[in-house]
Amino acid sequence: MADLSVTVAGVTFKNPIIPASGTFGFGREYEDLYPLSLLGGISTKGTTLDPKDGNPPPRIAETPAGMLNSVGLQNPGIDAFIRDALPYLQEQDTVIIANVAGSTVEDCVEIARRLENTKVHMLELNISCPNVKEGGVAFGTSCESAGAITAAVRKATTKPLMVKLSPNVTSITDIAKSVEAAGADAVSLINTLLGMRIDIESKRPILKNNVGGLSGPAVFPVAVRMVWQVANAVSIPVVGMGGVASGKDAIEMMMAGAQAVQVGAAIFHDPFAPVRIIREMNEWLDAHAYSSVSQIIGRVEPW
Amino acid sequence: MSYFQGNDVILHKENLAKNIYRLVIAAPDIAAFAKAGQFVHVTVPGYFLRRPISLCEADSSRGTITLVYEIRGEGTKALARLNEGETLDVMGPLGHGFTLDPGKKVIVVGGGIGVPPLLQAVKFYGANAKAILGFRDASAVILEEDFRRYGAETIVCTDNGTRGQKGFVTDALAGMVTKEKPDYLFACGPKVMLEKVAKIAADQKIECEVSLEERMGCGVGACLVCACRLKRTEEEKEYYGHVCKDGPVFPAKEVVF
Repeated sequence: MADLSVTVAGVTFKNPIIPASGTFGFGREYEDLYPLSLLGGISTKGTTLDPKDGNPPPRIAETPAGMLNSVGLQNPGIDAFIRDALPYLQEQDTVIIANVAGSTVEDCVEIARRLENTKVHMLELNISCPNVKEGGVAFGTSCESAGAITAAVRKATTKPLMVKLSPNVTSITDIAKSVEAAGADAVSLINTLLGMRIDIESKRPILKNNVGGLSGPAVFPVAVRMVWQVANAVSIPVVGMGGVASGKDAIEMMMAGAQAVQVGAAIFHDPFAPVRIIREMNEWLDAHAYSSVSQIIGRVEPW
Repeated sequence: MSYFQGNDVILHKENLAKNIYRLVIAAPDIAAFAKAGQFVHVTVPGYFLRRPISLCEADSSRGTITLVYEIRGEGTKALARLNEGETLDVMGPLGHGFTLDPGKKVIVVGGGIGVPPLLQAVKFYGANAKAILGFRDASAVILEEDFRRYGAETIVCTDNGTRGQKGFVTDALAGMVTKEKPDYLFACGPKVMLEKVAKIAADQKIECEVSLEERMGCGVGACLVCACRLKRTEEEKEYYGHVCKDGPVFPAKEVVF
């Protein structure tokens, strides 16, 4: 049995597998299936300063090997998160990554302040949500705004700060370098790719928001490519995500340079996906005589 | 909430009407915990998202659940290719079902593929239940004998009168409630039908519960995609609840149609 533990920005995870923000609620929804302590960590549902209602339904559409969503950051607000969700989460013996979202820099700064004296282990600043009109991806598509919001939140927190990047940009490495220079301790990528489906009978988009974020196995090669490029461009750790559905996918993502791996849409297909992936990684590492998962990080040998 | 996930064997498959199938599945854990109106979330070979299907019946002594579904798209078409002896990845029981209140009288109103989710409730209420089941025409009628077998006085309505009464279930319901008021009205079917049933219930001051449908992701309340517009009281502002966790069965007075 290989050592699966990894360290990201000073935080030790017992294994590298983390359910991705927005796909695992605040964890409790899955407690009937397995103890959350099996997971490396949990990235919680993106939380804004005030409660947010989200977009009108339909909010989901199936695609070949994946799905589109347009939830629009529906969440109960940061105070409800701290009051109602956190006490349960901090009893689960897993790393808690609080996903922070806001429509203004000031909102994100205030959320970081309110989390400062909680038992959250790490912040994940979401500058990449494609489904809200203000904030979200608007911060994540220019180097200046991505750097500015990162610097502002950096000042407001002593906790490790990870910034979640959008793939819907010309150069994700430039954005990654900007947030690194602004004080980010890690980056996570990729958020969803903007997509669209149309019901050709009604001539209407399936999503009421018209467009939404694509995730699932369909995006996996794009995610591996971007993780590899970013890992080569920055010196802070990269947490990889996008279409990971098996232990071999997670190994591939880590060989591309990811220190840890988030699992998202795969959970909707198989709610056991995160624990299955941990088991499959372990089996692969044993079969290939690795004593530690850290031995494969960034070990791709490019041509 | 207590739910399970596993690969469960299809014991029986039956074509009930054009494009409508009944599956009886060996799923003892789900059957033991299932309540009328809850649903299961099943995978379909070759498709990414699970499909939510309301429980038609759950038999804890036999350890079986019964699902009745209609082929509506490519996913349900693939589901219909599965045969007896094959397995289906089933997750459940999920969501919130109908109120089960011993000794009370209930009328269930179903339209089309909205009929099956009402059968388990009728099993509970027995002779205290009456059923009004609506279909397009005689060829689309399903489960009529099952509702009768569990003791419910059952009226079938068809749009063209080829079976039972001609006309809408809501017309039959309006007549029935003026004669004898039940304690509860349960409804499942097209949204326009649910809205009319909710109106009759409100006018007659009868507690009413409706089973809703929405495109769904996780099935357990984590992803928040299956949003539906609700309001707790007349005064409070509307908000998005979720069909998978807050429903699929909701008090009709809280649903914003």
